Amino acid sequence: MMGFISYLVNGISLGSVYAIIALGYTMVYGIAKMLNFAHGDVIMIGGFVVFTTVSGMGLPPMIGILISVVACTVLGVVIERIAYKPLRGASKLAVLITAIGVSYFLQNVALLIYGANTKSFTSVVTIPPLSLAGGSLIISGETMVTITACIVIMIVLTSFIKYSKSGRAMLAVSEDSGAAQLMGVNVNATIALTFAIGSALAAIAGVLLCSSYPSLTPYTGAMPGIKAFVAAVFGGIGSIPGAFIGGILLGVIEILGKAYISSQLADAIVFAVLIVVLLVKPTGLLGRQIQEKV
Amino acid sequence: MKKALSLLLVCAMTFSLAACGSKDEGTTAPAEDNTQTETGTDAEAPAETPAADGAVFKIGGIGPTTGGASAYGIAVQRGAQIAVDEINAAGGINGVQIELNFQDDEHDPEKSVNAYNTLKDWGMQILIGSVTSNPCIAVAEESHKDNLFQLTPSGTAVKCVQYDNAFRMCFSDPNQGLESAKYIGANSLASKVAVIYDSSDPYSVGIFEAFREEAQNQNIEIVAAEAFTADSKTDFSVQVQKAKDNGAELLYMPFYYTEASLVLAECKKQSYAPAFFGVDGMDGILSVENFDASLAENLMYMAPFVANSDDEQVKSFVTKYQEQFNEVPNQFAADAYDCVYVVKAAIEAGNVTPDMDASAMCDALKAAMTTISFDGITGKGISWEASGEPNKAPLIVQIQNGEGVAL
Amino acid sequence: MRQMKTRVWSKNTRSNLITYGIVIAAYLVVEVMMRAGMISSLLKGLLVPLCMYVILAVSLNLTVGILGELSLGHAGFMCVGAFSSAVFSKCMLEAVPAGGVRFFLAILVGAAFAALFGILVGIPVLRLKGDYLAIVTLAFGEIIKNIVNVIFLGRDSRGFHISTKDAFSLNLEADGEMIINGPQGITGTPQNSSFFIGIILILITLFIVINLVNSRTGRAIMAIRDNRIAAESVGINITKYKLLAFTVSASLAGVAGVLYAHNLSTLAATPKNFGYNMSIMILVFVVLGGIGNIRGSIIAAVVLTLLPEMLRSLNDYRMLIYAVVLIVTMIFTSSPGGRAFRERYSLKLLFGGKNQAKEGE
Repeated sequence: MMGFISYLVNGISLGSVYAIIALGYTMVYGIAKMLNFAHGDVIMIGGFVVFTTVSGMGLPPMIGILISVVACTVLGVVIERIAYKPLRGASKLAVLITAIGVSYFLQNVALLIYGANTKSFTSVVTIPPLSLAGGSLIISGETMVTITACIVIMIVLTSFIKYSKSGRAMLAVSEDSGAAQLMGVNVNATIALTFAIGSALAAIAGVLLCSSYPSLTPYTGAMPGIKAFVAAVFGGIGSIPGAFIGGILLGVIEILGKAYISSQLADAIVFAVLIVVLLVKPTGLLGRQIQEKV
Repeated sequence: MKKALSLLLVCAMTFSLAACGSKDEGTTAPAEDNTQTETGTDAEAPAETPAADGAVFKIGGIGPTTGGASAYGIAVQRGAQIAVDEINAAGGINGVQIELNFQDDEHDPEKSVNAYNTLKDWGMQILIGSVTSNPCIAVAEESHKDNLFQLTPSGTAVKCVQYDNAFRMCFSDPNQGLESAKYIGANSLASKVAVIYDSSDPYSVGIFEAFREEAQNQNIEIVAAEAFTADSKTDFSVQVQKAKDNGAELLYMPFYYTEASLVLAECKKQSYAPAFFGVDGMDGILSVENFDASLAENLMYMAPFVANSDDEQVKSFVTKYQEQFNEVPNQFAADAYDCVYVVKAAIEAGNVTPDMDASAMCDALKAAMTTISFDGITGKGISWEASGEPNKAPLIVQIQNGEGVAL
Repeated sequence: MRQMKTRVWSKNTRSNLITYGIVIAAYLVVEVMMRAGMISSLLKGLLVPLCMYVILAVSLNLTVGILGELSLGHAGFMCVGAFSSAVFSKCMLEAVPAGGVRFFLAILVGAAFAALFGILVGIPVLRLKGDYLAIVTLAFGEIIKNIVNVIFLGRDSRGFHISTKDAFSLNLEADGEMIINGPQGITGTPQNSSFFIGIILILITLFIVINLVNSRTGRAIMAIRDNRIAAESVGINITKYKLLAFTVSASLAGVAGVLYAHNLSTLAATPKNFGYNMSIMILVFVVLGGIGNIRGSIIAAVVLTLLPEMLRSLNDYRMLIYAVVLIVTMIFTSSPGGRAFRERYSLKLLFGGKNQAKEGE
């Protein structure tokens, strides 16, 4: 029983990281209608910035995280400006391929700068682990911080979108960018803002991911990126609560699948669940039905 | 526009075809540009090469220098380069200089064969590679066809050396599994053992299978055998917890140090402290940048090579490596370094001259390999079977106070 | 009206003949160069992979360009074709000693298995739309790769044994032989692939795809792509045609897989060769070559396969350059500015441009 709870907690922790990454995917998709494949690699860059500032330069972790968030935000906006903006209005596939190109680019730049050797990431979390039920259930500090961070981000982001002016502009653009423009919303600025927020979240996700699983290579972001992408689709891409639920569920399914079915087939199980969900609800758990115009 | 682009593409294609064709001609004369593929430090050494008497031994190297496995390929490239520089500085082999050309294979069999062919175009006479097992098997098939001498520093899978032209520097997978089970049994380290292995890596699976077989003979009970794959090697919470829940006293880790550092961290997270036992892939764990060495305290592993050994050869190699690359070499680098010297020894024993063609060279080297006894940094008195397997004794290393100590 | 139709037809035919011509000419040139010893070993080694990538690109173009659905799981079908045919070849080594005949049968086996998976995957997948469809194909591709990695198949005097756990639990007799050794895959597949066979397979692929596109079926498929509802309202059976195109595409990918499996002596399903990265790479060929443009796919597949090999001397920078080339080409060819320019001239398109209008969506 304790085993199960422990798996569940680990699953939620992993899922929280997926959820934070998936938020970035889903926001960008909702607004720019593009699959930003390079998102996973922004996570990796975020991790490396913290690695350099905290482990390399000895700055306090909070400052390091702050620098990382700023760096990733800038990076996200720059990527959008250079690679994606010229392609606005181009076919979806062209944007997808460009995003893949950006992903390769970031990986190889990191490879050139940091080399291929794995770096061990010092956890930024200093909270001691929580020992429950006489030591048979141990919840690490990283787990607690990750889950808390995810919930906080979720709440802040939802209120930002609901109540702030720029947040509502985002909603408007995602609903109908043409109409939004007519209503005086600066669409380009809104898209840039979305990338900025998504990338800032990626930096935080990078720190949390590397704190829980302390290794860092230029390819660290690729697989979590894909998983988070799956999570976003799972929850209904474009939907923020969907990304949250999708991420958590994906993490839990992955860990429980590993624990109780097969550790080799964990990914297959995750993908199989995704397929089943999409067959029952073709636009994900919380996705809106696509209106078909005749 | 589209037309223009298509034309451009066609032009690019013709150009590349032409480039391919012309490269062939370049093989007869030592091409200048090839020397530039080596790491910058040796810029002067190969420059004097053609001056000697024109002839050089052309050694090719293949391994991943980009992609997920690049840490291993780069280590091999560096280790081999140091050996080549040393030999050249000391006057070469029988007065003949050597040239090393190392090509990337991204840890992919198909790319590895491409790299092999690129090297053939360059005029490779001897191959050191491939670094990783599956690519190595694919390349061995090609080198066997061409009858080109191949010595892999780290291709551990049985089939890497299935042909008579291929030899290896490292232990084979079954050998390591067997030896580690014997060691654990003989020293009664544990009776209940949990194994975590990488099911997508032949190296890991090969060792695990041999370990499991021998474990029965040694009265070791394997209480948990949990796999992970190349796609999911960041989260080890489940595997570690299973080992813990099943009361394993020792965690056997037949995989590389990159993942091992994560497993060790996860064990600490779960306050689980069994004995840890790894294989030669574990070597290098202390050189992981920023790694908390206390996590690996008392970790034991099989290694061909200990970086802080008192051995003169090892010392000189480690110092050079650190000077040039600012890191402690791992077993990949050490194996590669030895490979070059083994090639040297075999060339000397087989009276091989650079004007021989690759196939004649291979026949001579094959015969010479079984006769030499080699003292290197990964072992002393190493000899080779005609099957390609080395005879060398594994060292058991334990990490004590943040340093690897041979037991 | 009638006159116009014949003109369109002849233009199509001419364009298609050019495509076949390019392939045959390429074959002849290479063959002559090979005879003359003017070809490097690298290129020689690349010939079969080139054929394989061309087939993959052309077949994916059928799904992406003609059917108009984004598939990110093409490598999965290739994986099915590769493994089924490799198992076949390995088992039939003694039964069918003639290499040519066995390889021919292996191609059929690979194509059939891939087609079967195409149908199995297609039925659920094609109910979805757009990006959801893309992600599900990606998921299927990963599942196929994952499952292949846990199959252990062995053979001894008592027949076949299969396990999903490990080689140990097969309990093979001493004379037993491992056929699929889980993640280590299959080793010792006969190397039957050759450039000649590759070219023949390309021509067959082209023949199938081009004829499909220019047939009644092809027009129905393109009608579905351009407007599903309109197509449905004129009585086109959406599911049937979609599934048909998807299955043909999968089956051809399987053929490419057969070439792959019989080119190297080792076959293992790694993220590198059968993962989503490979699917994406094939997609890059298709998009850079021009969606729906068969000839473009061929050229892009060849150029983009050669490019990283040609850039070898640049060492660490080559993948970086590859990435930059990708980004720049996409911006250059697909940004609205560039596209407007292109569309203005596309009427007089030299290269079979009948389908370039539809992209994505």
